[in-house]
Amino acid sequence: MHFPPDHFRTTAPPRRITGSEMIWDACVTEGVSILFGHPGGAILPAYDALAIYEAEGLLHHVLVRHEQCAAHMADGYARATGEVGVCVATSGPGATNLVTGIATAQMDSVPIVCITGQVPSPLLGTDAFQEADIVGVTQPVCKHNYLVTDVADLPMVMKEAFYIARKGRPGPVLVDVCKDVQIAEGEFRYDMEVKLPGFNPYPAAWQDALADAADLINAAEAPLIMAGHGIHLAGMSDVLLRIVEKAEIPVVTTLLGTGNITETHPLSLGMGGMHGEAYANEAVQACDVLIALGMRFDDRITGRLDRFAKQASVVHFELDKAEVGKNVQPDVAVVGDLAETLPALEPLVHPNTHTEWLASLTDRKLSSASKDILTFELDELVPPFIMRQIWSETTNLRDPGDVLVATDVGQHQMWESQYFVHERAGQLLTSGGLGTMGYGVPAAMGAQMARPDKLVWAIVGDGGFQMTMQELATIQQEKLPVKIAIINNGFLGMVRQWQQFFHDKRYVGTPVLSPDYVMLAAAYGIPASKVEEPGQVAEAVRAANTTDGPYLIDFQVKEEVNVYPMVAPGAAVDELIRRPHIVQDHGGVVPAF
Amino acid sequence: MKHILAAWMRDRPGVLNRVTGLLSRRNFNIDSLQVSASEETGISRMTFEVNGDDRTLEQVRSQLIKLVDVTRVESFVQEAIVKRELALVRVAVGPEERRQVLDLIQVFRATVEDISRTDMLIQIVGRQEKIDSLIGLLRDYHLLEMVRTGPVAIVRSAVANVESEPVLEPAGDTWQGGGV
Ligand SMILES: Cc1ncc(C[n+]2csc(CCOP(=O)(O)OP(=O)(O)O)c2C)c(N)n1
Ligand SMILES: [Mg+2]
Repeated sequence: MHFPPDHFRTTAPPRRITGSEMIWDACVTEGVSILFGHPGGAILPAYDALAIYEAEGLLHHVLVRHEQCAAHMADGYARATGEVGVCVATSGPGATNLVTGIATAQMDSVPIVCITGQVPSPLLGTDAFQEADIVGVTQPVCKHNYLVTDVADLPMVMKEAFYIARKGRPGPVLVDVCKDVQIAEGEFRYDMEVKLPGFNPYPAAWQDALADAADLINAAEAPLIMAGHGIHLAGMSDVLLRIVEKAEIPVVTTLLGTGNITETHPLSLGMGGMHGEAYANEAVQACDVLIALGMRFDDRITGRLDRFAKQASVVHFELDKAEVGKNVQPDVAVVGDLAETLPALEPLVHPNTHTEWLASLTDRKLSSASKDILTFELDELVPPFIMRQIWSETTNLRDPGDVLVATDVGQHQMWESQYFVHERAGQLLTSGGLGTMGYGVPAAMGAQMARPDKLVWAIVGDGGFQMTMQELATIQQEKLPVKIAIINNGFLGMVRQWQQFFHDKRYVGTPVLSPDYVMLAAAYGIPASKVEEPGQVAEAVRAANTTDGPYLIDFQVKEEVNVYPMVAPGAAVDELIRRPHIVQDHGGVVPAF
Repeated sequence: MKHILAAWMRDRPGVLNRVTGLLSRRNFNIDSLQVSASEETGISRMTFEVNGDDRTLEQVRSQLIKLVDVTRVESFVQEAIVKRELALVRVAVGPEERRQVLDLIQVFRATVEDISRTDMLIQIVGRQEKIDSLIGLLRDYHLLEMVRTGPVAIVRSAVANVESEPVLEPAGDTWQGGGV
């Protein structure tokens, strides 16, 4: 087969091809160039057809070592580009291995399309070899899914899958294609219109509510913005910044909203919630109008719901109507695409200074421990220091906008969110909703595949790294220059912290043995180093940043360090366990570990 | 509080599963559920009763409409609808008691669909309460087997009142193809 230049236009004339070719033609036409996958019997015809697309340089297949990582890589690819990521797996175990990655993408509104092979349609329902009802299995954890039993349906299904994945609130879509459908020939065209009467991604009229929202905001004496992932998804950080500066409204972000506003900005209070700074959470409990933008009041941000911002009127800007009133009942809801509602709000917001309110926040900020940890003398290696050092060394070398960070889940994830200085929305890739251990390395890989121009760090724990570390082989096979920092504390640290606080320090199932990571990396041909002292951190980070290729650092940190502040589960957000600190002679406040 | 909802959905394989799966995993308490064809070919109509406050109802509606196959969701206030259910009941009645049972059936405007020396098959259509009371009375005899459809409902037309109750608009708005 030869592909003329206009072959992949939606207007290309109809042609007879196989189902397998339809899958790849659709992908290429949708702008996909990288696939993350793992082959097997039921997807073999599609893989066979892939040869020509690879030979022509149209598609590149990345062989993962576990399908969960194919989904996480597609997720990382999607988060780093805003485009749909694609992963591929075979039927049965291949498909079920994807589930964690699909659920992760669903919880964080990440657009991915998952293509799975299925047993031939005549065998459906017979418990055939490697048959699993993956459409049934994934139904609760994806935006939509399809089982294709007729090749005539395949072009439209592919088109709908991409459409649904990216439109409105993004999410994962799975397409399960029977093996006989992959082999069958049919007419392929891609110029048809997607007609989904039940899918209207931008539902309600929001214009009427906007004036009410603006009135509340303008009348507020102590307004506070809580900015979530939706701001980034809508590409609205710039508009947010303009509104914030015009009316001088301070901003707290959610975990996935980090970087919506540069964290060095004087109006930024950083992240709120379970491990947010005390002053951020206190602001939530003291504001008179809470302006929630593109977020869903997850329990990690609200703490105890019946004590959350009770004093405040709530204005909720959100695309997904089902999120409005689900956890927090707003006084005014503006349900619509933030790319439309925020620009419409901007001219309605009056300039303001909120002097008293901002002064009170500054006081709170000053009385809490400084995070300028690089200036302290430390005799032990503690993770917050590493986080600041990685950020600082890396941004000495590269523009902050060129740096992406993926984390795993646990203490290191929270330290990253606290001690990195996120400058851009979308700079941090992390599993916020599902909290999936094992996410960090494959997400960093997907992001690096998508953005070869970026410097990508994976910050992972010794527990989570061991869940997906088999992908070191994929890193080598694909020559991916990702930098991996393992925060090796000998524990499933976050769970250990809960055991320390809430279960009398009974460390059941949390001490975790690690291999020698430097030797492990060497076995894969990846350069690595071990860091045991604060004084070694900068040099190791520099080595990683200047090595042309992947690099791994095993940070052997002090073991029983906790993440502070912490809002205990069931507590209100301002009833937090504060960061232990030392007041220094000259008046500064520093954290104690 | 009980709410009655109707959802219209594309008649696709697995669509029922999608709807019932959503209701159960979102922890909504469903009292009854009934599926049938609708006036439009290719579109099924599901009628169900949800137990919960107004916020629950709102959540059920907004979650349902997010399903790609669900094209429309409506909730009704009880006064504005005609709500009916059908039941088939088999009772063991011999010749001696037959007369009594036939009298009952007549009062309830039910019908006898089948009869034998030992038992009787009764059909009743109506409001839930009416069916409940007939079944309650039939329990005095030996009730062998029973099946009920669960209620189906339709909004009254404002002009042609079937009964004399006040006619109200459906509660809330109609969500046509909403969702994300
Ligand atoms: C797949 C999965 N299993 C279990 C958990 C529960 N969990 C949350 S944090 C955590 C500990 C992670 O340990 P590690 O990767 O070493 O990171 P640390 O907290 O020590 O930084 C665990 C087990 C999870 N989030 N994901
Ligand atoms: Mg650990």
